[in-house]
Amino acid sequence: MRIQTRFSQIITPFRLSRFNQLLTVGGVVLLIAQGYIPKPTSDDSFEAYAEDIPGTSFSFEMLPIPGGNFMMGSPESEEYRKDDEGPQVEITVDPFWMGKYEISWDIYEVFMFQELEKRYAEENGGLDAAKIPSVDAVSRPTPPYLDMSFNMGKYGYPAICMTQYAASQFCKWLSAKTGHYYRLPTEAEWEYACRAGTTTAYSFGDDVSQLDEYAWHYGNTDGGYEKVGTKKPNPWGLHDMHGNIAEWTLDQYNPAFYTSLDAITSKNPWNEPTELYPRVARGGTYDDEPEMLRSAARVGSNPNWKIHDPQIPKSRWWLTNARWVGIRLVRPQVAPSDEVQNKYWINFIEDI
Amino acid sequence: MNRRKFVRNSAVAAAGGGLLISQLPVEASAYVRGNETIKVAVIGCGGRGTGAASQAMSVDQDVKLVAMCDAFRDRLDKCYDNLIQKHGDSGRINVPEEHKFVGFEGYKDAIALADVVILTTPPGFRPIHFEEAINAGKHVFMEKPVATDAPGVRKVLEVAKKAKEKSLNVVVGLQRHYQPSYLALMERIHNGEIGDIVGGQVYWNSSGVWVRPREEGQTEMEYQMRNWYYFNWLCGDHILEQHIHNIDVANWAKQAYPTMAQGMGGREVRTGPDHGEIFDHHFVEFHYDDGTMINSQCRHIEGCMNKVAESFVGTKGRATTDGKTEITDLKGNSIWSHRGKNDPNPYQVEHDRLFETIANGGKLLADAENGAKSTMTAILGRMATYSGKVVTWDEALNSDVSLMPETFAFDAQPPVVPDENGMYPVPTPGKTKVI
Repeated sequence: MRIQTRFSQIITPFRLSRFNQLLTVGGVVLLIAQGYIPKPTSDDSFEAYAEDIPGTSFSFEMLPIPGGNFMMGSPESEEYRKDDEGPQVEITVDPFWMGKYEISWDIYEVFMFQELEKRYAEENGGLDAAKIPSVDAVSRPTPPYLDMSFNMGKYGYPAICMTQYAASQFCKWLSAKTGHYYRLPTEAEWEYACRAGTTTAYSFGDDVSQLDEYAWHYGNTDGGYEKVGTKKPNPWGLHDMHGNIAEWTLDQYNPAFYTSLDAITSKNPWNEPTELYPRVARGGTYDDEPEMLRSAARVGSNPNWKIHDPQIPKSRWWLTNARWVGIRLVRPQVAPSDEVQNKYWINFIEDI
Repeated sequence: MNRRKFVRNSAVAAAGGGLLISQLPVEASAYVRGNETIKVAVIGCGGRGTGAASQAMSVDQDVKLVAMCDAFRDRLDKCYDNLIQKHGDSGRINVPEEHKFVGFEGYKDAIALADVVILTTPPGFRPIHFEEAINAGKHVFMEKPVATDAPGVRKVLEVAKKAKEKSLNVVVGLQRHYQPSYLALMERIHNGEIGDIVGGQVYWNSSGVWVRPREEGQTEMEYQMRNWYYFNWLCGDHILEQHIHNIDVANWAKQAYPTMAQGMGGREVRTGPDHGEIFDHHFVEFHYDDGTMINSQCRHIEGCMNKVAESFVGTKGRATTDGKTEITDLKGNSIWSHRGKNDPNPYQVEHDRLFETIANGGKLLADAENGAKSTMTAILGRMATYSGKVVTWDEALNSDVSLMPETFAFDAQPPVVPDENGMYPVPTPGKTKVI
């Protein structure tokens, strides 16, 4: 892991040790009861880093997002607000790292194709070092019948069209390879990171005329996505939170979710999915009008995202028509217990 | 060379053309307009058959699934369970045990019970099933391709004529003909917006499809029927089974079929015993009578450039479905593009139109001739890549080379068998004879 220093100055000093389970926060040492706090998976400081994917020449960058409180949803005064964005609710989230960019096809294809993963491994340190997970541990996508990039570009461009289940299995695969616990963000974590401390419609303010500096949307694209990271980042350094492609979260979509939260459930909220549809994607896309790119805008998946899948059961891996949804990773600063980790892997539901 | 008259066969009604059902004699046993329930049978209960049956059960008309047939009981049961789960509440699934037919011959009994039959087995069986359905006076939805060899294509062409004579509607699952983006593009091309088409490229480059490895206790015939994608008598190679969609779009744009083809292909990566006899890549030049050449490429190899699209160059501009559906001038400036965000599902539209026409009348749906000729076009391409020779349309269509087994039974010998290492004979350009 290569430590980067660019964002470290904004973070409270925070250090974890796997051996003595001592947690040092701002110079205060806390003794944690044995077995209570999940074991951390890393001795690293809470700083930006680039993770090399074993057995490949690829890496991805993660930025530290300090924990904190924020108002989730939009005020009634916000232009284009929809009812499902309210009422605003105060949310607390624990610290996590978040992917600086959306996951690109380069990386996703290594997960898609085990033969490709082996071939890369032979060129990059050998099969053993590549830590290829067994098929029992991680399921792999079936080959898509179509070209799932739909000719919009592959390398350096965001991977799209995967189901939420596929996105979750990708995170599982990546966790097995790297030894760090990666998963999709909860809807709350996503909005918290997107807002980056702001309370405006977009993380750069309310002036939509600035949108082109920060985001790809219907008005400034040529009918497709663009390479990741080619627009300005948000205040916390994250690129393409607004636009380009929407990003999967872990949540079931419920328009009344915010109303349902109380003092306890508003801490690290997660609306655990029980139905196949709808599930939440955030951020808006290259095929959306500007209002859908707002920090508070929510979208629930629906069966139309697979209408060009002519088979039954429909693919558990591919959304033939969601040509604008992809993956942004998070890694909790404190890795949870195995039990909690397992809870966050998305369960498969057959799509009849 | 003869210019072949192109029969326009799209969902766009040709102005002033087309016979009305009411003007034609209707086969006595065929469903005619009325208030009765339209009975449906599905022949071929895989993933696509289940999908097509589900689409048929989702139409506005009063429909009922009454019979099912598959070579394998487990496939039929899975299909039935999924349809019950999806449509059971609607009361539209009514298939008693005695109307579930298993094996090679059950299609006849299943067809007899229905007004409309859905033909979704592997394509090798299509000519036999289509003939039975039309002889029995049934309307048909059949998946592409409609045959795997020239004798099969000729059979479908012959039966297609009969279907027209009997006013039986036939929809072929070349669903781009029911897809708004393609319909809009073709209307503009045929109105001359890019001038005369002088060249083009069509693609189906992807990472490939499923493999079903041999299981213990299977006869050779059962193994091939399960792992059917890799055997030509069943599948016809991916240049036919998938790439037909794009080759068909070339014919549609040109309003013609090629007069000859030459090309190259082989298998570079997909070379194991479970990969049967088919190639993993083909590149073909299709020559049309006016001198236009359209290049076709299809590949099933992981980790390569992928593309599923069609592009045409005209004397005034270009048309493409590559990324977005668009017409540009010859300098690349956009003239028109289609935003498909809220377009309907073309797989559903196929069935909506079929059942609507059966119930209410209107222009007869007659996709079989174009389906057969686009099937023939892809087979022509395969003949070119397997042989390495120039192959003309006429010699290809008139070929007597049949790929089909003599006997359909699980203990019968399929037309290709493996050697002592489990490997199947693979075509060798320059040596393999295809005509």
